[in-house]
Order: sequence, then C-alpha cells, then structure tokens
Amino acid sequence: MATTEAQGAGTPRVRLQQIGKAYSGTLVLEGVSLDLQAGEVMALTGENGAGKSTLSKILCGLVDPSQGQMQLDGKPFAPASRREAERLGVRMVMQELGLVATLTVAENLLLGQLPHRLGWLDHAAMRALARTQLAKIGMEHIDPDTPVSQLGIGQQQMVEIARNLQEGTRVLVLDEPTAMLTLKETEHLFTQIALLKERGVALVYVSHRLEELQRIADKVAVLRDGRLVDVRPMQGLQEHELVERMVGHAVQDNEGRPRRARGALRLSAKNLQRGAQVRGVSLSLYAGEIMGLAGLVGSGRTELVRLLFGADRAEQGEISLHAAGSPAPTQTVAPNWNSPVQAIRAGIGLVTEDRKSQGLLLSQSIRANTTLAGMHKIARGGWLQRAQESEVARHFVERLRIRSRSAEQAVSTLSGGNQQKVVFARWLHQPCDVLLLDEPTRGVDVGARADIYHEIDRMCDDGKAVLMVSSDLRELMAMCDRIGVMHDGELVAVFERGQWSDQQLLAAAFGNVDEAPSAHAAAQAATPE
Amino acid sequence: MTTPLSARASAPTPSAAAAASAASQASSGRMQAWGTYVGLFLVLAAMVALFSFLSEYFWSTETFVTIANEIPALAVMAVGMTFVLILAGIDLSVGSVLALSAAVAAQAILVWGLNPWAAGALGLLCGLLCGAVLGSISVVWRLPTFIVSLGMLEALRGAAYLVTDSRTQYVGDAISGLAAPIAAGVSAAFVIAIVVVALGQIVLTRTVFGRYVVGIGTNEEAMRLAGIDPRPIRILVFALTGLLAGLAGLMQSARLEAADPNAGSGMELQVIAAVVIGGTSLMGGRGSVIATFFGVLIIAVLEAGLAQIGASEPAKRIITGAVIVVAVIIDTVRQRRAARRA
Repeated sequence: MATTEAQGAGTPRVRLQQIGKAYSGTLVLEGVSLDLQAGEVMALTGENGAGKSTLSKILCGLVDPSQGQMQLDGKPFAPASRREAERLGVRMVMQELGLVATLTVAENLLLGQLPHRLGWLDHAAMRALARTQLAKIGMEHIDPDTPVSQLGIGQQQMVEIARNLQEGTRVLVLDEPTAMLTLKETEHLFTQIALLKERGVALVYVSHRLEELQRIADKVAVLRDGRLVDVRPMQGLQEHELVERMVGHAVQDNEGRPRRARGALRLSAKNLQRGAQVRGVSLSLYAGEIMGLAGLVGSGRTELVRLLFGADRAEQGEISLHAAGSPAPTQTVAPNWNSPVQAIRAGIGLVTEDRKSQGLLLSQSIRANTTLAGMHKIARGGWLQRAQESEVARHFVERLRIRSRSAEQAVSTLSGGNQQKVVFARWLHQPCDVLLLDEPTRGVDVGARADIYHEIDRMCDDGKAVLMVSSDLRELMAMCDRIGVMHDGELVAVFERGQWSDQQLLAAAFGNVDEAPSAHAAAQAATPE
Repeated sequence: MTTPLSARASAPTPSAAAAASAASQASSGRMQAWGTYVGLFLVLAAMVALFSFLSEYFWSTETFVTIANEIPALAVMAVGMTFVLILAGIDLSVGSVLALSAAVAAQAILVWGLNPWAAGALGLLCGLLCGAVLGSISVVWRLPTFIVSLGMLEALRGAAYLVTDSRTQYVGDAISGLAAPIAAGVSAAFVIAIVVVALGQIVLTRTVFGRYVVGIGTNEEAMRLAGIDPRPIRILVFALTGLLAGLAGLMQSARLEAADPNAGSGMELQVIAAVVIGGTSLMGGRGSVIATFFGVLIIAVLEAGLAQIGASEPAKRIITGAVIVVAVIIDTVRQRRAARRA
C-alpha cells in the first residue's frame, strides 16, 4: 500500500479542534485544540488524570469525544471504532500489549493478514514476512515461531511495536513505549521513529521520561486537568519548566535530607532461596528506616518481596520478626510464611507491583477496597457496620487526599495515583509493623507522588520498617536511608545514605560490584551482634 | 535541579473494556441495582399483562397462588446459585442433590422410622454434605467447578436411584405440612422461600462473608494478598448451596407426598437461567439475590402463562429458552451502552 501522500504545506496531518470528553458529568478533557504535523514527533505529557490517555483513545477511535471535531489530512475524521481508525492509518501502541499469548511471534505480527493458500496457512511465507518485520526493529534474532508468552516483557513490547509499524500508517501514537525496554531496544525504537518521520508519519509520544523526550520529540504538549496548557518546541526546554507546567507549581526535591535515625530491628531474613529467582538473599529491616531495593527488571526484587510476604513459598531460608523493644526474635518461620494471611497477622503489609490485577477490586468502591484487609474492625459478629465503615473511608480519603466524588466511587474510575492511595489506605487501616512497597509510584502522577512520599515518611516516623522496591533511582536516592541492589537473584550490594551515586547503583544493578561496598559486609555491619 | 520525573514509567492504563465494565458494575452501585430491579419488574409486569390479555383466567387469585406454590424449590436453589455464580463458579449438581436429599428423608421416615423433623434434618444434612464435597474437591485439587459438579450430577442421581430403589417412595402426609396452605392458599414453603431470599440478600450485602464472596469473584489474587483465604469461603458457599438444594428436595417431596428419584431432573438449568435473567454475571464479581428472585418469578409466570394459553410442551421449552437468551442479550447491551457512555 502506498505510503503517506504529500501534504500541502499548510495542512496538518491531524487537527484536533476543541476536543472535550465528559464521563457521567465530569469533564475529563476540555477545549483541546492541537495540530499534528506529518514527519514530526509531538510529545504528550502531563500527570496521570490530566487526560493524556483519554486524548490518545479519542484519537485512535477507542472513545468518542463529547465535543469537538477532528480532521485527518484536511478531511473530517470521526472513527466509530479502533478498527476504522486503523484502516485510515491511525494506530496506537498501547501499554497493555495487544498480543495473543498463545500464538507465535509470526502469527501475532501478521494477525489479520495471515498469508494463506485457499485457507491453508502458508507457514514459509509467514516466517519470511515476520523475519522482515522483526529485522526492521533490530529483533532479527527472535525466532518467528516462538510463542509470544516465552519472550521477555521487553521483547513482547518490541513485537507489539513492530506490529504497528506497518505500511500506510499515517499517525502513530506510542504510549510509554520504553517502559519495559532495555537501552539497546530503546535505540532500535528511536531508529524506527526516525525512519517513520522521514516517511512523513505524524507521531505522538506519550511519556514522562524527559531524557527521551529531549532526544526524540520536536514539540511537547502539556496537559493539566484536562486542558492543554502549553505547546512548544522541545529545544531549549528545561525539565523543571516542564514539571511546573504539569503540576502548576514548583516541585521540591528531597535529596538533601539527612539519614533517618535507625530504630530497633524488626525483620531479619536469612538465605531466602526460590529457584533461580531469589538466591540466598539475607537482609534486615529496622523501625523508622526506609530500605530501598534497586535492580534491573528480572533481578528478583518482586520475587523477594513476595517471599517476605508469604505470597510464594521459599525453598530455603528463615524469617524472624522482632516485636517492639525485643532483641530476641518473637516469631520465626522457616523457610517463610505459609500464606499472606500468616504474614499479615504477624504485622507485614504489601503494596503490590500491579495494583490493578493484584491489589484492588476494581469494580468495588473506595470504601470496600480500603477496609478489605481489616474487615474485622468494621464488623461485629460478622455483620458489617456500614456507618463505621463509611467513616473509616471518609477519614482516609481526607488524610491521603484521594481525589474522588465520594468514597462510594468505583476505584476503576480513579486515576493511577488515587488508586495507589487507596492501597496505602488499606495498610493504614490494617496497620503493619513492616511495610513492603513494590514500585509504589509506578503510573502515579507527580502531584499524587508527592502525597505518597509524604505518607511514607509519616509511616516511617510512626516507627514502621519500610522496604521500597523501585526502578526509579532518583526516587530511591531521595527517599531511602539504605539502598540494596539486586542482580540476577542475589543481593549484591547495600549502600548507605550519602555513599551512593547513580553510576554506582546502576553499575551494581548490572553486576559490577567492584566499587560498591559488598552486601555481605554491609549486612554484617547492619545486624546487631 | 532534579525531580522524580526522569526514568519514570507510567503503568498500563486500564484497557477500555475492563475499566468500563468495572465502572458500570460498580458504584453508582446503588443506582445500578435499582435500575435493574425496575427493569425486571417492568418485564414481569409486561408478561403478566400479556398473559392476562391472552387468557381470561390468568389474572386471578388461583393463578397467583398456584405460581406462589410452584416456585419455592426453584427460589431457594436460585439463592444458593446466586452466590455460586458470584464466585464465578457453577453448580450443575443441584437437581441431583434435590433428589438425593428427598430420597434420604423418605428413607429415614419409611425405613428407619424417624419422625418427620429428624428426617427433614437428615435430608438437609445430606444436601449440605454433597455441597461440601463438591466445594472441597474443587478447592483442594483446583478443578473447575463445572467439571466437578457435572460428575456429581451423574453420581448423585445414581445415588438417589439407589436409595429409593429406583422407585418413587410414597411418604404420605408425613411431610406434606410444608406444602399445605397456611394463609390465603399460600403454603409454608412459599413463606420459607421468601425468608431465604431475604436472608440471602442480607447476607450478601451486609455481612463480611458476603463482601468476601463478592471480592473473591472479582479478584481472588487481590483478596489473597489482602489476607483473606478464599478456600474455606468457596467450600462454604457450595455447602450452603447444597443445603438449599436439600431444602428444595423437602419442599418437592411435600408437594408430591413422595420422593421421586427423578425429581429435579434438568432443574439446574432453570435455576441458572433464573439467576442469569436476574442480571448476575457468569463471570462473577456481582449479583443480587433480589434480582434472582425476579428471575424466578419471570420464569414461573412464563410457564404458568404458556400453560394457560394452551401452548404445547415443545413450544413452551422453545419460548422459555428464547426468553432466557433475549434477557441476557438485553442485559449485556445495557451494560455495554452504559460502559461506552460512561
């Protein structure tokens, strides 16, 4: 199919005019007017809840706008469905991968245009076509006959992107495309983006990663509270200027803070082992202190946290809990907890990595989700005390500043940041001595993030021992008193506050621990004699 | 000046369908429930109006009393099935449990000489055990309830035949008290059914147990990670469903004054149909006992109406089947339209 037609110098590839969207009376987008030019990358940024995903969905036909019009190459554009938009060359690579896990790479890439002879699949042609598409994104080493479920998540994302880099694409929206890619894969993607620009495709790049935007974007559009507050060329734009526009005020930085005073030992884990994912990890958590856990995707951080919480069974190891003021362990389990029920009763809480599939009951209200772990507190003899429960919910909505119409609202309708706050509320309602956080601010906008950091600080001041897994080194360096680094299932280094740097942490994450204090030495120094 | 912006990744946005369906399921929850009840009531009213128009005998006390005495067994089983469906499970064995419980109660009266109350209790216990076994097998070996209940459907039917010696066992008026009219021609069984429906709705909406059931049906993993063990709750739900099927068995025996090994044959489909017409999703995570009761009424009115206008047996089944499918289509379309609009 022919590639994009030549444009008259004045006609933008896409023109959005006064686009608005309301959900049950709440305005999510208002008066957004934006031009996308062919061969240009427009970065779309803003807090979660600002309307970025809604705008993307309107553009690619998933959602109808409540107001406004769109034009594609000068002609009215109002797709009734995503398929119609795709047929007109407007495609979106969403963050939830649209791959079919049980099919192979080739089948996924060619879904909808499987080569066949009279209905019988032509496997040779499939393989050849798939190889060409994979080569385009530098993934020629992937066997097209591999079932997609066997690929790593980064590779899956690349396959998804390849699926959308087709002939006839006029507009391509990329939603956080590099979230799970390695540096090498990101480079391939950027090369492809450059090629698409040459072909005249208009690109929308939704992302928070400023370094990437500075490299790849020509213009940046900032959304705030559903309105377009700024569209300007990327060149010369400072990061803090961008953040100010997104949030509406200057954001402060936490790094100069001194180390918190370390309290009593709360949890001591020894030699936890589970398959190849967690290999002989020992660590200690102290009251009033935040220990960070850094590492690359796949280094075993989430797996370790799940062992500490009893979500998975360990093969070997031991976990000891120390109640307040007790030097000797008050409870020991080997190899680890039988189930999360046991861990929670012992005073451990977990904010999971993926709140939507593991943390929240999406169709339930804020109220129901908040009280979930501590139902016995709002029930008498098995009967729910509705008034009490509503009061609890109201209290936490206020304390954590959860932006919602009421505590009866379904959490699925909240923004990522507010959803995460509901999960935190749960572990305040059912308090714990040890709190495990797995990517607590993933998918959370800047404003809510500040609220969450504040709450974590507060929990620490109350004497909780906190373990925080994060892929954001900046965040770890701002919040933590110690940072442990995992590599390939082992805890390879532990850094004290004031003795770390980006480079050292990253190096350790990649397995180069020459410059880092050894985890063993640090663990010895940390555990009381 | 550094900010937490760099190296940030934002989480996947909820896929449109999941979030939308979750949004429409939830909480304008109160409003949604009333909307469903009004809709079901209108359907029921329309059917009553239609049949009253087609048959001069329909709109009469006799008709409504007959219907009221027809539905208790179906209604109590549907209450149990509502909980099962909310858990995203299914119980195909309820018809067989009905027959087996009735058979055991009859056996107790006729052969072991127990008084009707003890026999009744034994029948209920039988139902409870059957349900508990179903629940336990599914939970311990993590098998789909569809498969396990399918096996029990057959096995328990066979057991019912065994206990009754493959013959209808006439019990006489020992337990017919349940079916005897107590006020305005309506039987005790009907009153019991209403109480069970009311209790079912209260337990579902106002107890911790009910909240847990809905939660497990919504997202079992999230429940587990919030510290709730779903397994005993699953077993309990199936045990209660078995108990209610046992109660239905006693109600049927009271009406027939006999334990028929064939009783309840095929009834599981009617029960599931009633629950589904009421708007409970087969996917789990939501449902209402009151809506299920409306579903029971709709099926009962349909059956009574078709009989009164002289529809043939085959015609009755075709029409009933069609009504079930249409009801689900209407409900699904309503959900999707609400989701797209929302």
